[in-house]
Amino acid sequence: MSILETRDLTRSFGSVVAADRVNMTVEAGETFGLLGPNGAGKTTVIKMLTTLLPPTSGTASVAGFDVKSQADRVRRVIGYVPQLISVDGELTGFENLRVFARLYDVPRAEQRDRIEEALDLMGLVDVGSRLVRQYSGGMIRRLEIAEAMLHRPPLLFLDEPTVGLDPIARDTVWERIDQLRTDYGTTILLTTHYMDEAEQLCGRVAIMHVGRIATIGTPRELEASLNQPGATLDDVFEHYAGGQIETGGTYGDTARTRRTLRRLG
Amino acid sequence: MGTQPGQGALSAVSARPAAPREPDWPTRVYRFADKTLMIVELEIWKLRRDPTELVTRAVQPMLWLLLFGEVFSHIRAIPTGNLPYLDFMAPGILAQSVLFVAIFYGISAIWERDLGVIHKLLVTPTPRPALILGKALSAGVRGLSQAVIIYVLALVLGVRINWSPLAIGGVLVLVLIGAALFSTFSLIIATIVKTRERFMGIGQVLTMPLFFASNAIYPISIMPGWLQAISRVNPLSYEVDGMRALMLSGGTSAFGLSIDFAVLIVITGVLVALAGRLYPHLVT
Repeated sequence: MSILETRDLTRSFGSVVAADRVNMTVEAGETFGLLGPNGAGKTTVIKMLTTLLPPTSGTASVAGFDVKSQADRVRRVIGYVPQLISVDGELTGFENLRVFARLYDVPRAEQRDRIEEALDLMGLVDVGSRLVRQYSGGMIRRLEIAEAMLHRPPLLFLDEPTVGLDPIARDTVWERIDQLRTDYGTTILLTTHYMDEAEQLCGRVAIMHVGRIATIGTPRELEASLNQPGATLDDVFEHYAGGQIETGGTYGDTARTRRTLRRLG
Repeated sequence: MGTQPGQGALSAVSARPAAPREPDWPTRVYRFADKTLMIVELEIWKLRRDPTELVTRAVQPMLWLLLFGEVFSHIRAIPTGNLPYLDFMAPGILAQSVLFVAIFYGISAIWERDLGVIHKLLVTPTPRPALILGKALSAGVRGLSQAVIIYVLALVLGVRINWSPLAIGGVLVLVLIGAALFSTFSLIIATIVKTRERFMGIGQVLTMPLFFASNAIYPISIMPGWLQAISRVNPLSYEVDGMRALMLSGGTSAFGLSIDFAVLIVITGVLVALAGRLYPHLVT
């Protein structure tokens, strides 16, 4: 049973085709990884699937709803953790969650329970009343995931969930994502450019390169497809996306990413 | 998934229980209001935690009233009818300080865009105009604190204030609408220029003409013809006019109070709708 399906999904900015006829299907319950170097088009695809960016051509449906014509329906069944920081440092963790509980129409009587449940799931109960400004990078990420889960969406988008985190913080984020899948059976679509993250979390991956999906399959299948004994996912990545001059990432993007990294500390 | 036509639809049906039914319109109105107020509340939580900004914002209107106001009321250079110059000017300075609070409000949208806050807001099922109106009224909250400060200053300086609760209520409503109008205008500029540097440049360029081509510190009648024309299409003039009628005992409106309110409300409505359209472009 598929929960997400795209057909020739395309987005261009002027003459640049950021996503070029992307076709993919994500099955309910699986964790699907979208891999690729910077500028490969991962974020553009995610933005279209989360209704932030209308496609230039092609279609995408999420839980049966069209991302363009039924955007409001789509928004109710997805959770989204953007690559950049999306929680407010001037508010406490609890307050941040309260804002989104209301924006997601969680019934008033249930709001407190849901927030506490989300804090518990992400291991943040002890710091819920602290200002987010004082959180570590890993805690911020987990709070963002908690925020995206308040309305219990069946499908969750994670855009570079562990970028800029130290190994220990990454492990904790991974653990919590695992917990989330066990507890709620949430389908996850994540983007990453860390191969170990894809190995660790994803059932299937697609490798994107200059706007296109170069290959798609389970990590094992992709490794076997190279016909090299002992090939790793890194080799697969290299094979499909490597050897190409880095195209993406303008000055502005880089400045923004660095700023985010600094804030994640 | 194959290419057979029925299959996609089938999976769609089975995945659908998670989606709620389409809400009826009273629910939608309630949700619109609830979410708008949520954005305002958020702003209040933050101001309560760090009210420094409210204090520093009080300095500028204080200087205008004390320095400019005192000097000009002594030389009697500006004809203000039966009102002392300080009385004439006080509502103008209130409108001005609300304008200054509001006109740079768009910078927060650019800031939120550089983080990922806007992305996250836009992915929630919140109507875009509710997000905009929420932000607009948040600017209004800051405007209200300015109003308190200016009423106190005016009282100290001996301005003859109209203390009728209805009149004070009217002034506060004008503060809210005025702040909403100019902050939404500012947000629209932010969605167009998208960077802090360009925004600051444009903000500076706009503030002075909006203020000086209005009736805030002198009546429209003493202006040259071309400036009168500009003043009459400047929403700030209508805000000042309404405030002058309501804030002062013996204050009168040049345009008519109902015209003042109508002009301000209609422009605000149009700007909120327009900003709702443009706001999503901040993330593309």
